Amino acid sequence: MKLETLKTINAERAARRPVILVTDTDTGDQRLVKAADISADPLRSELSRQLRMGKSGTIEVGGKKLFLNVYAPTARLVIVGAVHISQALAPLARSLDYDVTVVDPRTAFASPERFPDVPLIAEWPDVALPPLNIDHYTAFVALTHDPKIDDPALLHAFERDCFYIGALGSRKTHAKRAERLKAQGAKDADIARIHAPIGLAIGAVSPSEIAVSIMAEITAQLRLPAKEKENAA
Amino acid sequence: MLNRDEDILKAAEDWQKAGHSVALATVVETWGSAPRPAGSSLVINDDGTFLGSVSGGCVEGAVVTEALDVIASGKPKMLEFGVADETAWNVGLSCGGTIRVFVEKVGQS
Repeated sequence: MKLETLKTINAERAARRPVILVTDTDTGDQRLVKAADISADPLRSELSRQLRMGKSGTIEVGGKKLFLNVYAPTARLVIVGAVHISQALAPLARSLDYDVTVVDPRTAFASPERFPDVPLIAEWPDVALPPLNIDHYTAFVALTHDPKIDDPALLHAFERDCFYIGALGSRKTHAKRAERLKAQGAKDADIARIHAPIGLAIGAVSPSEIAVSIMAEITAQLRLPAKEKENAA
Repeated sequence: MLNRDEDILKAAEDWQKAGHSVALATVVETWGSAPRPAGSSLVINDDGTFLGSVSGGCVEGAVVTEALDVIASGKPKMLEFGVADETAWNVGLSCGGTIRVFVEKVGQS
């Protein structure tokens, strides 16, 4: 691998832009394809399929074995609400390689004592969220139970194409939330993207168990093909 | 702290900048129940220091040895590991899978 190639991969990853490295494994020849250049590439259908799956693999083209190494950005988890569940969720998500950020304007909740080693932003969502540059590779959960905090946060998540959006609350709470969000301009399609009640139904009771059910649901959303996702939900 | 794939490639760049020779080993194909998916990688420098993994720890030793050869020769290599028979146990994958690992020098022209 050329040093230049390695530097470009690292720079693209730091900017959270996907890249695919194409290697002819017989000759060692390599080229790097940036996400923006895929549509003009001769291997566009293969490249876009691998990128969509976030999966590296070897393909055969014209008798050549090509290894497509997909470097997708590290998944992030933005947790709105520095609540008890979040105290279990943050370290669990980190152990699954997510970059975790916790947002809660209530300083009594968003304290370093409660969240050691986790980036904490003690601001309202309208201040805290825009600088985070939330993108498609972000899972977003709203856990405060407080409409003043959760609602604007969810409206921001809709705009950012997050691969997962979840919100804490019973079916009844969620129905009320849907009404409020729609009154603020959210579309039915936005509402439908919210996973609520949040988490896979595993009978979770304690904050830690609820954290497991949330991470299980996020993992399913990230990894399962669309059809199997419906069955898991 | 666990090393993530991006930390591993960052380390490769940092080692290179610090004047080390570096090789990168990447899982390119798997069959059966391989412990780590295609794209998993390990970097090694000329001290023999390495980060990352290409298996559950079963073949890393052999990969590091081969990578030092690749650093010396500058020529990429394809390695294959699997449990073929009882005698393959020492360097084989105890889980029964087969993996191919592409080893290349970083900074080759």
